[in-house]
Amino acid sequence: MAVAEPQQRPDLREPAGWRRTRNRIATALMVLAFVLVIIPLGFVLYTVIAKGASIISWSFLTGGPIPPNVLPASVGGMGPAVLGTIEITALATVISVPLGVLGAVYINEYGGKGLLARLIGFMADVMTGVPSIVMGLFIFSIWVLHFGYSGLAGAFALGCLMLPIVIRSSDEMLKLVPDPLREASYALGATKARVTLTVVLPAAIGGIVSGALLAVARAAGETAPLLFTILTVTAANRNVFSGANTALSTQIFANASQPYVGAQARAWGAALTLIAIAFILMIVARTVTARFTRYSR
Amino acid sequence: MEEPEQNVATTSLPKPAALQKSADAPVFDTPGAAIFNTDTVSIYYGSFRAVTDVSLTVHENEITAFIGPSGCGKTTVLRTLNRMNDLIPSARVEGDVHYRGTSLYHKDVSATAVRRRIGMVFQKPNPFPKSIYDNVAYGPRINGQRNKGKLNEIVEHSLRQAALWDEVKDRLNNSALSLSGGQAQRLCIARTLAVEPDVVLMDEPCSALDPIATAAIEDLMHDIKSRYTIVIVTHNMQQATRVSDRTAFFSVLRNEESDTRTGVLVEYGRTEQIFQDPVDPRTRAYVTGRMG
Repeated sequence: MAVAEPQQRPDLREPAGWRRTRNRIATALMVLAFVLVIIPLGFVLYTVIAKGASIISWSFLTGGPIPPNVLPASVGGMGPAVLGTIEITALATVISVPLGVLGAVYINEYGGKGLLARLIGFMADVMTGVPSIVMGLFIFSIWVLHFGYSGLAGAFALGCLMLPIVIRSSDEMLKLVPDPLREASYALGATKARVTLTVVLPAAIGGIVSGALLAVARAAGETAPLLFTILTVTAANRNVFSGANTALSTQIFANASQPYVGAQARAWGAALTLIAIAFILMIVARTVTARFTRYSR
Repeated sequence: MEEPEQNVATTSLPKPAALQKSADAPVFDTPGAAIFNTDTVSIYYGSFRAVTDVSLTVHENEITAFIGPSGCGKTTVLRTLNRMNDLIPSARVEGDVHYRGTSLYHKDVSATAVRRRIGMVFQKPNPFPKSIYDNVAYGPRINGQRNKGKLNEIVEHSLRQAALWDEVKDRLNNSALSLSGGQAQRLCIARTLAVEPDVVLMDEPCSALDPIATAAIEDLMHDIKSRYTIVIVTHNMQQATRVSDRTAFFSVLRNEESDTRTGVLVEYGRTEQIFQDPVDPRTRAYVTGRMG
């Protein structure tokens, strides 16, 4: 059998020179950018945990009322603020998420390229850019001036903030639902409402829920809209619909600006609590998304 | 009882010149009742005329194949038969499309009711991101079937008809997206059959499948033919000869002035006649492989 002629082997190594250098520069820049991003984030977390962890206790989270600024950190607790944040954010969610999802459904499934759908989409974009303090002022002038401070007013302000986020994130999720799925449903004799309820929304629900929870986490930390609408108080107010209320974010603002050690410690503790709430919401969002998408792969 | 009605339907249909000769040739041609009757149908997207002059009759319990080059409007015509084109806002149909004697595009006709009786299987398998069971049960459920026992029965029966039952009976609660392409397409067929349609429209159902899966679907079409009327769009001429009783050949007319292409029905007849003895030279060129 004839011996095969020696074959010249192709050189498959990455060519040296300028191209390799450029590659390395780009990689180094990306690593640098990542480090620069992670530094402030890590520093914020470190500071808040270092300064806030020592004050966190069950009585701090549930006890109350919030003591006057001069008292040391061991007295009383942030219970009223934790309660207020949960009440107000939950109410804001109940107001804005259904509205936002329905708005997104209209834009995507019903409005088509119509004027109204485009207008809603455009207004949602504009609303995203409105500073949160303006939302607070808006609710202050149309609601608080007539009906007084209340958790409900705060929920309205937060709802206004959340609404465009929910509309936009739901809109993106509904856009991702492939048209062949809609067609398959139509071809079985489904009406538009059926298609939306039984195919489009279930297919997008994971993304919609996680988008909504991101909006909730964002709203839970808002301070400015609440300053005008709930009037920060120190006692717990279980009735979210009437009477002045309080929240973690406004308590951070009120306590951190004081010269007293106890007040500042309470502010750090409240900050850590708020971050923990946001963190828990994120985990819930991930879990819910994973659960709802179990059939999609 | 159906005979006179069918005679009325076919005689009232103006036949294209190409059909005159073939109509009297096959003596053994005894078609069932007319399911679809289209009379000089043209379909527009906005001002663009996508297909023109489609006149044909689809018969009961037969498989009718639409063949032709890309862009000739086969799929467009198929989608007018169950009003799927309604979903495209600019689409417009001119001329009459009759389904069992009723005009499909009459203003009192609901597209939902039409699609309930005229199902469709799409080119790419499109199972819902739900379980296998829920996919098949979807149609009966939206039509009001809530009885668990009945649903189980329908699901099993439909999956058996689609020759998929043995492969999935132990994992009905798994995601439908875990199925292979061929299985997913058979699932889509089972889903369509679950609402017990009168007609099944198939838009290139095998174009994304390998030959084995294709053979499985062709067998299944033969099996269900006695209970359903099937219209299939296919690019595969062998498939048309294997499965269909009648074949419609579509071609493209180029409009030199506006540089647009309009699909047109060239010839329609028994499949053997279309492939062995085509009347129109364009059909002959296409079926013998010399594209024209």
